Amino acid sequence: MIVRWIGFAACWLGLGVAASAQERPIAFVGAEVLPISAPPIPAGVVVVAGGKIAAVGPAASTPIPPDAERIDVAGRVIMPGLVDTHSHVGGGWGGDGSGPIQPDVRILDSINVRDSGFRKCRAGGLTALNIMPGSGHLLSGQTVYVKLRSARTIDDVLIRDASGRILGGMKMANGTNSQKDAPFPGTRSKAAALVRQKFLKAQDYRRKVAEAKDDPAKLPDRDLEMEGLIDVLEGRVIVHHHAHRADDIMTVLRLRDEFGFKVVLHHVSEAWKIADAIAKAGGACSVIVVDSPGGKIEAMDMSLATGAVLEQAGVPCAFHTDDPVTDSRLFLRTAALGVRAGMSREKALEALTLAGARMLDLDDRIGSLEAGKDADLVVLSGDPLSVRTKVLQTWVEGRKVFDRDDPEDRLFAVGGYGASRDQAAQACCTDSRFSEGR
Amino acid sequence: MRFVCRSCFVVAVVAVASPAPSQAVEPAVAPLVAIRGETVHTMAGPPIKDGVVLVENGKVTLVGSAQDIPIPPAATVLRGKVVTPGLIDAHTVVGLSGFLNQEQDQDQLDRGDPIQPELRAIDSYNPRERLVEWLRGFGITTIHTGHAPGALVSGQTMVVKTVGETVEAAAIKPAAMVAVTLGDDSRPGGDGADKKSPGTRSKAVAMLRSELVKAQDYVRKRGLPDADKRPERDLRRETFAEVLTGRLPLLVTVNRAADIDSALRIAAEFKIRIVLDSAAEAYLLADRIKAAGVPVIVHPTMRRGGMGETENISFETAAKLRAAGIPIALQSGYEGYVPKTRVALFEAAIASANGLTTEEALAAITSDAATILGIADRVGSLQPGRDGDVAVFDGDPFEYTTHCIAVVIDGRIVADTPR
Repeated sequence: MIVRWIGFAACWLGLGVAASAQERPIAFVGAEVLPISAPPIPAGVVVVAGGKIAAVGPAASTPIPPDAERIDVAGRVIMPGLVDTHSHVGGGWGGDGSGPIQPDVRILDSINVRDSGFRKCRAGGLTALNIMPGSGHLLSGQTVYVKLRSARTIDDVLIRDASGRILGGMKMANGTNSQKDAPFPGTRSKAAALVRQKFLKAQDYRRKVAEAKDDPAKLPDRDLEMEGLIDVLEGRVIVHHHAHRADDIMTVLRLRDEFGFKVVLHHVSEAWKIADAIAKAGGACSVIVVDSPGGKIEAMDMSLATGAVLEQAGVPCAFHTDDPVTDSRLFLRTAALGVRAGMSREKALEALTLAGARMLDLDDRIGSLEAGKDADLVVLSGDPLSVRTKVLQTWVEGRKVFDRDDPEDRLFAVGGYGASRDQAAQACCTDSRFSEGR
Repeated sequence: MRFVCRSCFVVAVVAVASPAPSQAVEPAVAPLVAIRGETVHTMAGPPIKDGVVLVENGKVTLVGSAQDIPIPPAATVLRGKVVTPGLIDAHTVVGLSGFLNQEQDQDQLDRGDPIQPELRAIDSYNPRERLVEWLRGFGITTIHTGHAPGALVSGQTMVVKTVGETVEAAAIKPAAMVAVTLGDDSRPGGDGADKKSPGTRSKAVAMLRSELVKAQDYVRKRGLPDADKRPERDLRRETFAEVLTGRLPLLVTVNRAADIDSALRIAAEFKIRIVLDSAAEAYLLADRIKAAGVPVIVHPTMRRGGMGETENISFETAAKLRAAGIPIALQSGYEGYVPKTRVALFEAAIASANGLTTEEALAAITSDAATILGIADRVGSLQPGRDGDVAVFDGDPFEYTTHCIAVVIDGRIVADTPR
């Protein structure tokens, strides 16, 4: 196991860094820069080098390296690449019908990176996603965090930590989606009991591993389900928990307190009813905004004002697309509708970027334009909250992955004949856009 | 037959509508309402700067510049940045397909038979459905709603206002079109598995043609001089007879270019009126659609493609068809999950950001929609004599962050909470 990890890490460190580091620094000059972590800069400069942000600041006080390629973006707006905390692009399936709790299943084993959905994400300004298995289980498997780099295989988009570990979360759900015939739960109480029993078992397994103190004679047999849950119990992996109804949200927080895992509440149609209780419990919410209530009983009281109410209550709030439920190309619209219903502009833009990065534990790398962070950014034609604004370019780690002026990219941005085919295979080293150093 | 039916309907209107409404849903009648906007889109001419719309006893009486039209002291005054006619959703299933999406509130599709044109929308419409109120809050005052795509001939559609305690009070056109689906969705069994639905595209077209041929015979025989030789009344044939006479167009929900072509072929063969619905690939056949004189109620701009028959859908469909000279309207469409309905205002907004001008996109949910639905003498524009249906906004209606701040239907203020 450990040897395999090291192998992965070496492979990635060698290949990945070489592939992502751009040769020549790039300076984006003249745009209004929205760093998110700092106030807007009217005519700013963003310098990118080696796939990282080297500097962000006003034109007058931000030096541009003499060898930098200057990109004139006067009149445009630059903001961090959008972070989608809950997406289903790539055609991935998680757990199957065999049972309600499947922590051994990884979504990364079923994602097609050539799916045109990824190109549409780039067209929407998205640069990082949490790709989730579905919500028809109590626990449908391990999610995966990806960067929207140009990709041939899933390995090209994975995000890893310094040790090479693939980063992702654990998808859980309660409420009606997972209610079906046994072995699935028939009621909410049964659902909670099944989850608690499984976590108790994981605690037990974890204790046995600890007591064995690496003595092979005492170690319990390896168990992929238990290993997945130990990652959760030890806080290495965040639970991303689908919950709509107010009581379902409180149930999630109750189980969190019992077992001590980290959790982000997803969808939260009725969070507006109990925002203070969520705030008091230290909950964090990833919100979907859809155009009407209903469609399922749990969403009957969905409100466009959820983001605004959570902001008022001081609850951390990110947005997500739940693509295909909402269209990744219109992710900016989600924040704009939040503002329409009373959210502040600042918090709404943060909810598309930095707040989401925090909910994935990736805020040290992405989510804002700050020196040292990954050079993931989007160039907009204007105000991010205007219907008329277009995503002009999307950059991931210093490389341009979407350009609206490119006819092929434009097809995926607006749709049309062929826009839903699997994307053409792109090799990292033969694509002309890469050999040019982007 | 049609005459008899309509008489029944009128009687019902009188009987049901005359007692005073018992619930508080019916807003007070404001006999005189003045709406003043920094910009008034009348849709019957260029926008008016600082304009006024006077609505008296439910009808528009005056429209013009504020300098020319003094606001009467007795008038209830509404003010906003932008004033438009009440918006029209040119195709939806709201009122039949309920927001809870449970079996008991889904009346938009009966799967008992693939061909059921006799199913009337008025017999399923729930005017208290929460999504009716939801749409109204965004300025939607008229909807073309009814039976959904998903069967070869699923039933009738109708046009209603988004107020009214009863369908009789709400309806302005109790039978509007007959809903037909071609393509994959016309064969729910996939291969004719239910032994009734078509299993292939060719079979679907053959079944529809057969129905129209039988209806031709029915019309001929019902006209025989000898009453004994006339066939018994048959609701299914009666409805298709209305299609043959041109009183009821077929609303053909179709997406692939080849299926659009099939719809045009049927229309030409039987010389019937059709309206294309959704029509994701219509941009591939714009010349043929234009030549056939067929209008298109374009798919919701934000409708998801990705797989199947809508994989080639585009944000620019509306703009491309309009540029080709085809009459278009926009719609909220049919949603089977979350969200349970889209909002035509939002769909027009995205179309306006993808090739349509503001005025063109507005026309697609007002005047042009009214023309396609045959209700332009009532709604869709602000001019004297039209219904007093008005939407008021605190900014560009298509901007995400603008609110609809007031809605007037038949001269009554039916919403005044910013949304």
